[in-house]
Amino acid sequence: MSVSHDVSPLIRPRSKILTHFGRELNWGDFVFRRTTALLAGLLVAALAAMAAAMLHGSAESLSKFGLGFVTSQVWDPVRDVYGALPFIYGTIASSLLALCFAVPISLGVAIFLSELAPAWLRGPVGFLVELLAAVPSVVYGLWGIFALAPWLRTTVEPFLGRTLGFLPLFQGQQRGFGMLAGGIILAIMITPTISSVSREVLRAVPSALREGALGLGATPWEAVRVAVLPYARSGLVGATILGLGRALGETMAITMVIGNRSEISASLFAPSYTMASVIANEFSEATGSLYLSALAEVGLLLFVVTVLLNIVARLLVWRVSSLPGGGSL
Amino acid sequence: MFARRSLLVGLLLTVVACKGNQPAPAPAASDATSIVKKDEAVSLTGAGATFPYPLYSKWISEYNKLNPDVKINYQSIGSGGGIRQITASTVDFGATDAPMKEDEAKQAPGKLLHIPATIGAVVVAYNLPEVSGTLKLTPEVLVDIYAGKIRKWNDPKLKADNADAKLPAKDISVVYRTDGSGTTAVFTDYLAKVSPEWKEKVGVGKVVNWPTGLGAKGNEGVTGQLKTTPYTIGYIERAYASQNKLPMAELKNKSGKFVAPSIEAMSAAADAVEVPDQLFVSLSNADGEAVYPITSYSYLLVYEDAKDAVKGQALAKYVWWGLHDGQKFSKDLDYAPIPAKVLVKVEARLKELRSGDKKLLSGA
Repeated sequence: MSVSHDVSPLIRPRSKILTHFGRELNWGDFVFRRTTALLAGLLVAALAAMAAAMLHGSAESLSKFGLGFVTSQVWDPVRDVYGALPFIYGTIASSLLALCFAVPISLGVAIFLSELAPAWLRGPVGFLVELLAAVPSVVYGLWGIFALAPWLRTTVEPFLGRTLGFLPLFQGQQRGFGMLAGGIILAIMITPTISSVSREVLRAVPSALREGALGLGATPWEAVRVAVLPYARSGLVGATILGLGRALGETMAITMVIGNRSEISASLFAPSYTMASVIANEFSEATGSLYLSALAEVGLLLFVVTVLLNIVARLLVWRVSSLPGGGSL
Repeated sequence: MFARRSLLVGLLLTVVACKGNQPAPAPAASDATSIVKKDEAVSLTGAGATFPYPLYSKWISEYNKLNPDVKINYQSIGSGGGIRQITASTVDFGATDAPMKEDEAKQAPGKLLHIPATIGAVVVAYNLPEVSGTLKLTPEVLVDIYAGKIRKWNDPKLKADNADAKLPAKDISVVYRTDGSGTTAVFTDYLAKVSPEWKEKVGVGKVVNWPTGLGAKGNEGVTGQLKTTPYTIGYIERAYASQNKLPMAELKNKSGKFVAPSIEAMSAAADAVEVPDQLFVSLSNADGEAVYPITSYSYLLVYEDAKDAVKGQALAKYVWWGLHDGQKFSKDLDYAPIPAKVLVKVEARLKELRSGDKKLLSGA
């Protein structure tokens, strides 16, 4: 087009510089490309700087405990002995438990809002679901202390103990506070994230697919199952990862209900502890360089766990999206 | 994409947020009459213990009414944070419940004075719907409950001192503070004093490896569990128990008397213990019939030699005011005032505060 020939006098004398640095034909594109690249680079640099800072901060603990840090269960600041296994277990278990509750609910909400709900209902319900995401986590925590935990203690846990008490999952003292309460709080907190992203993903499914399935005589359920969900699979997994990310990093609310005890127990009634919680709880009062270093190493581990889970999830998205579309889910 | 992007944005925000922790800018000079002799607008920042925060914030607002030119900002980030910040000189004064350890003091660029500013108590609160009277606890029973050796409320050892109370055959649900806190340090200091076994196996600290129980975050977290869960026992600052109307156990003191955590019993503990020249001392398990045994000073941390004479003088005058006029706010906020004989010693040290060769409180 004429644009490429219409070189303005402003850049003519410097066009050599431009061609030297890149493919851009004018300064506008040059500045635009470099600025956006710089902004993207800043984020990468921030990530790298944080990783480096945590690695530096945890050097003392890394050299003292080595691999024992991730396999030991003792966390005793009085004796300067630190092992993070219960925190790693608590973080992963509570997040996965939260996903078990949140994914089915979120998918249901998203399918209802995008496929089945009457148009007048979609706006208000969608708005209310997203409103849950705007509630500060300390409010969830207080609700957990004053409403959820007592309800679990008096109603849910006795019921589970009576009916499913033969499983190790549902044994032990019923206190309300513990892994179950933590998982439920996290599930409530990540449901709006997963459901609103899933809804957008489902909305992006071309209506031709839906109409085609319905036209072939599929019921609404069959249309969703055969045509819509397979098309949206990778997006739905992505939405779940987003929720998982929030669950892993959540600190305040889960600290208030999980019981904060560095123990590994098979029971969902037992107290547990997460990596984010131990940092939040102990950092402000931590004195002594090994103690601070151990807390920094917990931060580093949280970072590593988050990155690893994200890589696994990304591989999952990649694998799911490379499957042939349609058919089974 | 979303996950990674939001993670990155979050990290960046964290980095930015960490840099935003600057002291407030000095306010413009006001033309109101000031009793500070050099009337320049001064802004002081402090950070540290959460335990005396209600009292300190009362002091700050009252002092600001009298001296509009002095703006004071206190951040209750915890004793450990207070020690770190005053050591790094990012604040003008620190505050801590547990005195600084020797190796902590060595890291400071100058000599830090501990100024006992108020007296508080850690109480043992409980939730026993069946029991209307006050629970009586001996040190041995308290240690055994927290060590996980006494597990039922109707344990014979508990019954021995509470013959009138109908103690239920329920499991004791033990609650402890999970976040590092001076409250835990004071409580475990007491447990270690009354039980050599506790001292050896668990020890004293702001965070310890509890043999049993559930961890709750902050005084408010422990209070929340105590209020909502029957058959729990937990330790909290007195103010939280009295404001939430939680029953507080009477503890058997060194003289063998069961004493409730009253302001008078806290003052009795302070009267019973001689304060050494370094101005910090543990008040737990003090001698005396009227003494409540889990009592503690809370300290302000101030550099003896102030780098900035104007700020140093303003701070010295504020501390002086807090230790005199400020003490009258103690009782309403569940603290005990500093006893007169301790105040004499503190006054002598405050008069030694200086900036270079210049004494800061010459006119006081």
